[in-house]
Amino acid sequence: MSALLEVQDLEAFYGRTKALHGVSFSMVPGGITTILGANGAGKTTTLRAISRMVRTAGTIRFEGRPLDHRATEDVVQLGIAHAPEGRGTFVHLTVEENLRLGAWGRRDKRGLEGDFERVFGYFPVLRERRRQMAGTLSGGEQQMLAVARALMLRPRLLLLDEPSLGLAPLVVREIFRILRAVNQETGVSILLVEQNAVQALDLADHVFLLETGRVVMQGPSEVLRRDDAIRRAYLGY
Amino acid sequence: MDIFIQQVVSGLATGGIYASVALALVMIYQATDVVNFAQGEMAMFATYICWSLLNAGVPYWGAFLATLGIAFAGGVVIERVVIRPVENAPILSIVIVTLGLLVICNSLAGWIWTYVQKPFPSPFPSTPFKVGEIILGAHDLGQIGITLLVLLCIYLFFRFTPLGLAMRAAAQNPLSSRLVGIRVGWMLALGWGLAAVFGAVAGMMVAPILTLEPNLMGGVQIYAFAAATLGGFTSPGGAVLGGFIVGVVENLVGTYVGFIGTELKFTVALAMIIVVLLVRPTGLFGSSLVKRV
Repeated sequence: MSALLEVQDLEAFYGRTKALHGVSFSMVPGGITTILGANGAGKTTTLRAISRMVRTAGTIRFEGRPLDHRATEDVVQLGIAHAPEGRGTFVHLTVEENLRLGAWGRRDKRGLEGDFERVFGYFPVLRERRRQMAGTLSGGEQQMLAVARALMLRPRLLLLDEPSLGLAPLVVREIFRILRAVNQETGVSILLVEQNAVQALDLADHVFLLETGRVVMQGPSEVLRRDDAIRRAYLGY
Repeated sequence: MDIFIQQVVSGLATGGIYASVALALVMIYQATDVVNFAQGEMAMFATYICWSLLNAGVPYWGAFLATLGIAFAGGVVIERVVIRPVENAPILSIVIVTLGLLVICNSLAGWIWTYVQKPFPSPFPSTPFKVGEIILGAHDLGQIGITLLVLLCIYLFFRFTPLGLAMRAAAQNPLSSRLVGIRVGWMLALGWGLAAVFGAVAGMMVAPILTLEPNLMGGVQIYAFAAATLGGFTSPGGAVLGGFIVGVVENLVGTYVGFIGTELKFTVALAMIIVVLLVRPTGLFGSSLVKRV
């Protein structure tokens, strides 16, 4: 099967500081891949590189097309939705407006109402809060909104940056359950960055381990889950 | 009482002018954190363009609409050409650039159209309305009507159109906006275009009263600052209301407080700015800006 996303020798820079030192990996369509790693390992930077928000070297191909010279806005149009670190909520806009913006980068605006129904099906609480300012939502609800907003694009690849950050375990479990359902029902591929390794390993079928800007280990999640080093460092048992 | 009502109405009329310019200032401030000191001068320049069109024989409303179009294009071009290159520079640099724009617009207008005052027509009849004993100027009423119409249009635009929504999003959260595919740079340019349109409306409405000259908007701009400060630089609705309040207060104080009269009226605006900044720095409807460090 041809790769959905192919990253080769990716380097990324913040000013003169190099944050990624030649990261290579690929994703097959329809899968859930997670990038594990400690703080500062380059997880967020990898997502930002795909969305063209940092300066990079190396190549990134999405469905065979190079992303390197595109602007962030154009990457979105290819069908890559990014729910960023910190959720990126438009706090002074209503929940519905947030969702409407999610569909902005879509060429085909038909069936918008159907998309609203679909994301409200996944996140019923957002339907209740439809007319509420997004800034008044709880952290968990804002995270749901971030995922829902990304889904409004009808993406083929969903980039999720630490959806579990700062949320209660119960809420995290709920969100991960929904992510699995979304993946199975819509076939959207998910690239997930997580510090919460237990949940992420459960959800993902493929795992990369980043350490200081390099991929140090990768493989199917069942295999890595049994790896002693991973278990000690990330699963804590 | 009659005089009171007359003064309130004419205060509302000038207040509408301040409200338009204040709204323009606030729109740009919200989107870019920059106060555009050249807002008034851009409006004056647009008014001169309207004057030239009228002189060339274009009927009033044709010239009016054409001027709005030219002002919009001018605002967009100024953002792209002059502001864009300093976008990431410190705020102070951008402020200096807008001050430079102010001087350029002013001297360019003087150079092209000279500093001689020019009469500027009003589209409204010169005969006043009489409601009972109260005499209301037709231009005052028309001016209020035009201002309210412009405000209504802009409200509907921002509230109900996808482009309006995208512009609000771009102003609030540029990073997230880019991540949903909004071209933030262009949204800012459109914002400058719209702000220039408000300014142009204000200029064309105030010129019949003050007569057209390169310093037409100097005073208006100060009042607009007072209005925006009063209403809150972070609240478009507040800025509009602030405009009307400043207009009415200015007129009433000029009428009823003997020693102020027309000479010291100007000071009222400055006094209001200082009082608001001392008592409630965020303005009546502004929210305090919490910046994460």
